[in-house]
Amino acid sequence: MDPLRRSPSPCSSSRPSSPSTPPCEMLGPVGIEAVLDQLKIKAMKMGFEFNIMVVGQSGLGKSTMVNTLFKSKVWKSNPPGLGVPTPQTLQLHSVTHVIEEKGVKLKLTVTDTPGFGDQINNDKCWDPILGYINEQYERYLQEEILITRQRHIPDTRVHCCVYFVPPTGHCLRPLDIEFLQRLCQTVNVVPVIARADSLTMEEREAFRRRIQQNLRTHCIDIYPQKCFDEDINDKILNSKLRDRIPFAVVGADREHLVDGRCVLGRKTKWGIIEVENMAHCEFPLLRDLLIRSHLQDLKDITHNVHYENYRVIRLNESHLLPRGPGWVNLAPASPGQLTSPRPFKVCRGAHDDSEDEF
Amino acid sequence: MLRRGEGCRTVPLAGHVGFDSLPDQLVNKSVSQGFCFNILCVGETGLGKSTLMDTLFNTKFEGEPATHTQPGVQLRSNTYDLQESNVGLKLTIVSTVGFGDQINKEDSYKPIVEFIDAQFEAYLQEELKIRRVLHTYHDSRIHVCLYFIAPTGHSLKSLDLVTMKKLDSKVNIIPIIAKADAISKSELTKFKIKITSELVSNGVQIYQFPTDDESVAEINGTMNAHLPFAVIGSTEELKIGNKMMRARQYPWGTVQVENEAHCDFVKLREMLIRVNMEDLREQTHTRHYELYRRCKLEEMGFKDTDPDSKPFSLQETYEAKRNEFLGELQKKEEEMRQMFVQRVKEKEAELKEAEKELHEKFDRLKKLHQDEKKKLEDKKKSLDDEVNAFKQRKTAAELLQSQGSQAGGSQTLKRDKEKKK
Repeated sequence: MDPLRRSPSPCSSSRPSSPSTPPCEMLGPVGIEAVLDQLKIKAMKMGFEFNIMVVGQSGLGKSTMVNTLFKSKVWKSNPPGLGVPTPQTLQLHSVTHVIEEKGVKLKLTVTDTPGFGDQINNDKCWDPILGYINEQYERYLQEEILITRQRHIPDTRVHCCVYFVPPTGHCLRPLDIEFLQRLCQTVNVVPVIARADSLTMEEREAFRRRIQQNLRTHCIDIYPQKCFDEDINDKILNSKLRDRIPFAVVGADREHLVDGRCVLGRKTKWGIIEVENMAHCEFPLLRDLLIRSHLQDLKDITHNVHYENYRVIRLNESHLLPRGPGWVNLAPASPGQLTSPRPFKVCRGAHDDSEDEF
Repeated sequence: MLRRGEGCRTVPLAGHVGFDSLPDQLVNKSVSQGFCFNILCVGETGLGKSTLMDTLFNTKFEGEPATHTQPGVQLRSNTYDLQESNVGLKLTIVSTVGFGDQINKEDSYKPIVEFIDAQFEAYLQEELKIRRVLHTYHDSRIHVCLYFIAPTGHSLKSLDLVTMKKLDSKVNIIPIIAKADAISKSELTKFKIKITSELVSNGVQIYQFPTDDESVAEINGTMNAHLPFAVIGSTEELKIGNKMMRARQYPWGTVQVENEAHCDFVKLREMLIRVNMEDLREQTHTRHYELYRRCKLEEMGFKDTDPDSKPFSLQETYEAKRNEFLGELQKKEEEMRQMFVQRVKEKEAELKEAEKELHEKFDRLKKLHQDEKKKLEDKKKSLDDEVNAFKQRKTAAELLQSQGSQAGGSQTLKRDKEKKK
């Protein structure tokens, strides 16, 4: 899209070593390790935030997948009834929950995109999504550049975007390619093959290889990005993951009895597809990637790379970005152009008294 | 276009999701990045600052002791890489050199305040840059200031009060009584009470260990009551009982550094490193740095709301200033270019002048040469004429002579001779 979007890896040198830092031998324990516990206590007190966005055509099982991932009724699953007309334009629907596990509080925000790719003419259907993502960056930026800023800026930026690919079995469609190309430069994208229970194992592998081929041909850089691998361990781990992406997943929120155990799964006439069984589908891989091992990494890359890229462009050439609602026009006024710098809504803190521009 | 769903509600989990590993993920990231900690030691020369640092971190940092003859207060900064199991710490120790040695100590606090401000400024500059690398930036802001109080046993010196008052809004101050083996126990208690009351009555804000988190509230609470800590530092190890310990040996006994009955060194190490290091760093970033940033930006002319109380974008002022700056740069460039052109023209004119002169000189010389040539030619011509005339007369005379000799008569010869004369 624009060549300014590439930036060097975040933590490329783990400790910036300067020539004047001689290593010192300590003759006994000092207690520096205790700082790790201090960090943990502080982090648990403050709580964590995670924002995820699911994109895909309707009927691919996005809401069910989110429910399965977080093992709770994040969405009250209500498939659009026959009387409800399909939305004419793309709408973004966002829900926030606080979930707690073993003392760790997580504020989870899930953004859904009903209506994506459902129209007859899907041209520029990615614009509202890009606009939404940029709007979150903009909000964070506005908070960051205030003179009197908050102790902890609330983070609404999208950390991960899960893209659901319909299980056609052939290859990526033009809509998919267009969307992925645009989005992978703004946000971390993880594509998954939805409803993978309609493909056999061989078909899945072939489909996966073809998708990977497509991604390579079109230079789409999905998460985990190769250029941000820090050391050899990361490289090995991430290469294994990259080999399996896109994951073939199945979502289910009903429990069934299998061999005396209660498992989440889909019951069909020919058997029960167990969601958490690696032999049946790759849902555990997706869950591990998103939650158990790479959550902090997703947040870090969003903060250090994507947000910084946005910030650079915003401060340099404001006119090149797609606009979200509440945009502040910063270009110097050229004669004949109406500039009404409508300030963005910042309704927090005692010093602000602007109205909500939404 | 965007609908917000129902407000935040807590949702129960039906099984193990796995995000309880989040704190571990965070900690692992931090470990790979490494930590940094910056200590500032302020105190008069000879109070044992370097020794205390050696004792605190159980190592020998390089450096020679300072003399008492420094003309002004200077700050000496050194950075070291410490490693304990898998945690790497980049430790920077800044010491004042020559503090309290001058005769006139009115400006002694200024270099210290300027140094602290310079670190904040460097961080602010990095944060305001367009292309910034904050996550690999080496944070040099001072996280804690250990203020060394001389063990007089009476009260704080006025220099101490003035300096601490100037520093308390910029950095976390922990006052400590240095060389505490010079004071007896009873005197020490009285001294501590006197110091605390003086600090309170002068409105000096020293760092209070945080008591809001239950896990550390108790220990921090008791430690707060022991401030200022009376410490002793020692670089020598002596054998006491059957262990090697850091101690100072006197003829009347041995003072053990790590003995809680002898001094508060262990308390200082606990508080500074093992319990509150992260809190010190957080306070520096969220309180002191933000205060500095706010003052600096307001000074530079940025506001959050303009006179009509509509939120004023920092960005607009930023862009305006940037355009102004670019305009200035362009103007300067123009000026320089014009000056350059001017100089070139002048030089060209000069050279043309010189060329003209040379041409003229050449012409003059040529003319001179021609004149002389003409003169010479004239002279040659007249000489030739003379020679011709002489030849003619000679031939005429010879003719006559030959005729006369035939007629006979030497008189004509004589007459000719006379004629010739």
